[in-house]
Amino acid sequence: MKFARIIWANLVRKKMRLILTLGSFAVALFLFAFLAVVRDAFNRGADVAGADRLVVINRTSIINLIPLSYRDKILRIPSVTYVTHNNWFGGIYQEEKNFFPQFVIDPENQRQVFPELIVPDDQWNAFLKDRQGAVVGAKTAERFHWKIGDRIPIKTTLYGGGSWEFNLDGIYHGKRPQDDETQFWFQWDYFEERIPQAIKGQIGWYVLRVKNPDDAVSVAKAIDTEFANSPNETKTETESAFAASWVKQFGNIQTLILSIGSVVFFTLLLVTGNTMAISVRERTSELAVFKAIGYSDRFLLFFVLAEALSIAIIGGGLGLIFAFLAIPGLAAALNGLLPSIILAPSMLVFGFVVALVVGILSGLLPGITAMRLRVVNALRRV
Amino acid sequence: MVKVDGSGGNSSLIQARDLDKKYRRGGEEIHVLQGLNLDVSQGEFVAFMGPSGSGKTTLLNLLGGLDVPTRGSITVAGDEITHMSASKLTDWRARHVGFIFQMYNLIPVLTAFQNVELPLLLTKLSKAERRKHVETALSIVGLADRMHHFPRQLSGGQEQRVTIARAIVSDPTFLLCDEPTGDLDRKSADEIMALIEELVASHHKTVLMVTHDPVVASRAHTILHLDKGALVEGGKSPQSVTAGGVA
Repeated sequence: MKFARIIWANLVRKKMRLILTLGSFAVALFLFAFLAVVRDAFNRGADVAGADRLVVINRTSIINLIPLSYRDKILRIPSVTYVTHNNWFGGIYQEEKNFFPQFVIDPENQRQVFPELIVPDDQWNAFLKDRQGAVVGAKTAERFHWKIGDRIPIKTTLYGGGSWEFNLDGIYHGKRPQDDETQFWFQWDYFEERIPQAIKGQIGWYVLRVKNPDDAVSVAKAIDTEFANSPNETKTETESAFAASWVKQFGNIQTLILSIGSVVFFTLLLVTGNTMAISVRERTSELAVFKAIGYSDRFLLFFVLAEALSIAIIGGGLGLIFAFLAIPGLAAALNGLLPSIILAPSMLVFGFVVALVVGILSGLLPGITAMRLRVVNALRRV
Repeated sequence: MVKVDGSGGNSSLIQARDLDKKYRRGGEEIHVLQGLNLDVSQGEFVAFMGPSGSGKTTLLNLLGGLDVPTRGSITVAGDEITHMSASKLTDWRARHVGFIFQMYNLIPVLTAFQNVELPLLLTKLSKAERRKHVETALSIVGLADRMHHFPRQLSGGQEQRVTIARAIVSDPTFLLCDEPTGDLDRKSADEIMALIEELVASHHKTVLMVTHDPVVASRAHTILHLDKGALVEGGKSPQSVTAGGVA
């Protein structure tokens, strides 16, 4: 600690340069956190996917429906324990910008297939008894200040137009922070009675659970074989694979974000490395004096690395704090377009580690230059 | 006792034998020191003079362990330094050598106190002990009341006093002064030289000094001239120095 004063004094000797370098770090880490959150949100489906859950869709496309009659055949396949089905409703609450996902659900099996989404029993029982009942995720309820008993009108865009009225009977919470709490569920029976005759008895997709995750591949194969050569062939995959292929529809988000992140990382490395190099170059004679009076080469490397790391810790920390404070605003601005916009603690730690790595790398070369400095030559330059 | 003919005994504090130093500058080889011998006893104050490029600073750098000779040996207080590794030499410098530079070379972002404390940070002294040593060193150079000033808040003479305090704070075996008054006016130069004389007289320090200034050199016990890469004695008075060819 007795050297902290020297490190600090050197750090603050050019205040404007320090502020600009800290600013570069803060902006870069803020951007890093922002990208990480967006990437996480896109990958959330795969992250929260149950290892024992499979999704069955129409082989042609998810927008093509599948007969409800498939349910019993799927249930007969060994290892399948529960099957539920969903439809995409795609309605609008008041204005288009108020987007949140609405699903038609099968109330009988919903809770068995998605046990991580918790609805209190009394609310769930009320929902079962209410044909126009709805259950909504806590985030969406909070967003629109909905409470149990509220009447919620939703305009349909896919099923003949008009407004559908729902009674809010329940609010669900996810067991884990990453669970999606933005969904709106309502009953299959209510849906079935109001849709055009041509699509009655057709569901969007099945979600099922198997006894053992190890059986997932064989069960998927068995289901697709069962419906091969039928008018509605199926494509069955694990929930995580389904989520991943869903994200792929938006393009290669992962590569895009990694590319931007890499550019940010290397730009930051160059900016900080340049700053440290200039800083060391300006202090050549001072470093020579340190060496002359007995400071070893390792000490000089330590001083330079400590300065670079201090910049990384302060600047990176500021950027991550700003990001932590700003992410809720980002989530609000996106109006629920992406579920579960959260800056996970693991991501904060990873961001901090990235900052430290940049700090070390940016200080390494100037530090080695300082180590290799020949006192005689350096003093002659004065 | 100061000798330049290699006849000094083992009692010498500093003993240099057959020192050679060659440099390559461009394609040319420059033979700066050639078979130089030197013996200096404890408590001596020696001035090295000679024209620019004669090798004065090179000699000082070799004696201070900042550079290594091409050939020959240097022994200080029984330690043969010419074959020490770089890290050992660094440790040795911290314990045995106090440097006083022409341009002061203080760290501008540290106060006088902090600058003087720098060599002590490498020791195991406690904070209180370091403080005591620094205050003593600054008192010796007459800057006890300026210890919390930064170099930019001090005059040139005061900055050089801080450098001297930094050089003596760890009680080194000897002091090396490279043109210690070269950047000062006459009055400040006199004050600095009086201080160095005081260090020799009262604190029994051994001082080796390089200077161009005959008046400054005349304050030393012995003046040595560098001539064709070797040392020759040059007497004590400014006149004798002039007669030696370094006007």
